[in-house]
Amino acid sequence: MSLETNRIKTCFERLRGQQRKALIPYILAGDPPGKTVDVMHQLVGNGADMIELGFPFSDPVADGPVIAQAHERAVSHGVTLYDVFAMVSEFRARDNVTPVVLMGYLNPVEIMGYDRFVELASQAGVDGVLMVDLPPEAAGDFLVSLNDHGMDMINLITPTTSDERIAKICSIASGYLYYVSLKGVTGAAILNTAEVEERVNHIRRFASVPVCVGFGIRDGESAAAIGRTADGVIAGSVLVSELAKYGSEGQAAIDRVASKIAEMRSAMDDDRMNE
Amino acid sequence: MVDLEISEPHVRSSEEHRYEQPDLMGNFGRYGGRFVAETLMGALEDLDRTWRELWRDKNFQEDFDRDLADFVGRPSPLYYAERWTQALGGAKIYLKREDLNHTGAHKINHAVGQALLAKHMGKTRIIAETGAGQHGVASATVAARLGLECVVYMGAKDVKRQALNVYRMKLLGATVVPVETGSQTLKDAINEALRDWVARPEDTFYLLGTVCGPSPYPEMVRNLQSIIGREARRQILEKEGRLPDALVACVGGGSNAMGLFHEFILDKDVKLYGVEAAGHGVDTDKHAARMSSGRPGVLQGARTYLMTNEHGQIIESHSVSAGLDYPGVGPEHSYLKDIGRAQYPAATDEEALAAFRKLTRLEGIMPALESAHALAWVDKLAPTMDKDQIIICNLSGRGDKDIHTVAAIDGLEV
Repeated sequence: MSLETNRIKTCFERLRGQQRKALIPYILAGDPPGKTVDVMHQLVGNGADMIELGFPFSDPVADGPVIAQAHERAVSHGVTLYDVFAMVSEFRARDNVTPVVLMGYLNPVEIMGYDRFVELASQAGVDGVLMVDLPPEAAGDFLVSLNDHGMDMINLITPTTSDERIAKICSIASGYLYYVSLKGVTGAAILNTAEVEERVNHIRRFASVPVCVGFGIRDGESAAAIGRTADGVIAGSVLVSELAKYGSEGQAAIDRVASKIAEMRSAMDDDRMNE
Repeated sequence: MVDLEISEPHVRSSEEHRYEQPDLMGNFGRYGGRFVAETLMGALEDLDRTWRELWRDKNFQEDFDRDLADFVGRPSPLYYAERWTQALGGAKIYLKREDLNHTGAHKINHAVGQALLAKHMGKTRIIAETGAGQHGVASATVAARLGLECVVYMGAKDVKRQALNVYRMKLLGATVVPVETGSQTLKDAINEALRDWVARPEDTFYLLGTVCGPSPYPEMVRNLQSIIGREARRQILEKEGRLPDALVACVGGGSNAMGLFHEFILDKDVKLYGVEAAGHGVDTDKHAARMSSGRPGVLQGARTYLMTNEHGQIIESHSVSAGLDYPGVGPEHSYLKDIGRAQYPAATDEEALAAFRKLTRLEGIMPALESAHALAWVDKLAPTMDKDQIIICNLSGRGDKDIHTVAAIDGLEV
């Protein structure tokens, strides 16, 4: 895939034309087992513009209990990076438009080797990668490898990131920036929308790519509120906590995830109409 | 007094020989670094700035020295283990008595230093992780002394096997949070402490208990522990008029070993041995021998030797001693291994228990099970050396906390 046909870029351009904001759900690959590709299609069918697909790690230190437990379940089911690539390939067989971003921790990628990881991810149809614990200072080799394959490096910015670091991060960022809306791990507390707005506008002064916001988005209302300022809205824990119930409730859990996304989509779009 | 003629060759010229690890980014060669999420960067940068400023500050050094002397009880003795030496019939064995420190282990050295930092930064809350409970007790102790809130994360499995230390922490006013995730040991306690810190960086100081984690922790904890080696060097020159031939210390994260080794790294004739936990044996799936069977990867903020499977998932470690039951190791140890400066043998649960009993009976000193791994290696090493050679073994902690574990192995309940 070449840079010219980058799905992430195309997606944001299309949304801009429609004056809509991106809705980006996060789920963890392999949780529940065997259902991920199905869930991905349902997310898209209910209004998702892009998908962040987490890959499992035994020690997900930046994640709160909901997503950390999903990692534990997937690791205990033996889900590997090879399985994750296979899921993306299978998804691509029916959907060659929706961007897929892999998100996870460095150790599985280090053990596989950067080049091999990037090559296999690219072949599977992955568009971008967010390595949670790979800071820009140490990203050199990985970044080169990603760029060689026309894939984006998505980076995090937080409420405590200094301007010096924002500038550094923006200088290597592609695809979009992921602004972490609150201090803490995934799944934490309540959002302060005014604070987020101020911060997103500040980051825009440094950024040449769209700024999306995640952490603390759990329903239509919070999605719409964030959608007013950010270029995209990322929702993770609220979906992963529903999928956790698949074991006891089966399809009903997946249906609730689909309707959650539909709720966020319509709240975000209604909000745009009312402006 | 030391004859100057004899001690002269041991005086190093700092211009000629330098050991400058880590670099400013916290890299020990290819190891170390700061592999954390951006959510933690701000807190680490603040800590790094304060640490670099204070470590060069004369007032801080004076405060630290005073606390080490009057609160910790330093210098700790360098004890000649005469009966053990005779029993082994080889090298002369000295024990660096960190077990005699206040709270019973070397952990108090860096806890006192980090507490001074916390106070300087105006933090009101200290968090810590603990494996054997020694670092938790040390953290609760310095927090009590400074009137700071203290929360200690401890693997649920360790809470059970170190009940005495859990109660000590509670008596000191700390809240002990059992961690039920993952392997429910030290690794998972570190994960929880990091999660806590990310959420409350303004008022919280993370008092990390070993030479692991993201930069600046490996360097900071090493420097705060290097008092062990500085004293040992002076003491052995006083007693023997020469440097030792070998240093031996156990390695979980590796703080007591780095504390002893650091001052001797440029003395190429002094062999360095860091002893890992071989659990049921390095060829079984129940051990914590990262150096002999692991490979480099990234865990909890640093690139280092790890126990990981071929898919990059961390493998659960095992050791009879909670303090060595950790699948990663301090990055500087990985560096010292790769450049061949230090060697990392391993001792099994059984060998450590035998050494525990042997030292107790021969010297009247009951060692921590962690330290017993170092003793087990000395037990093998000393007989292969000449009688005029010298070993210094770091007796990093005392064994009171392990009496339950040893009694249970003997089929007793105490």
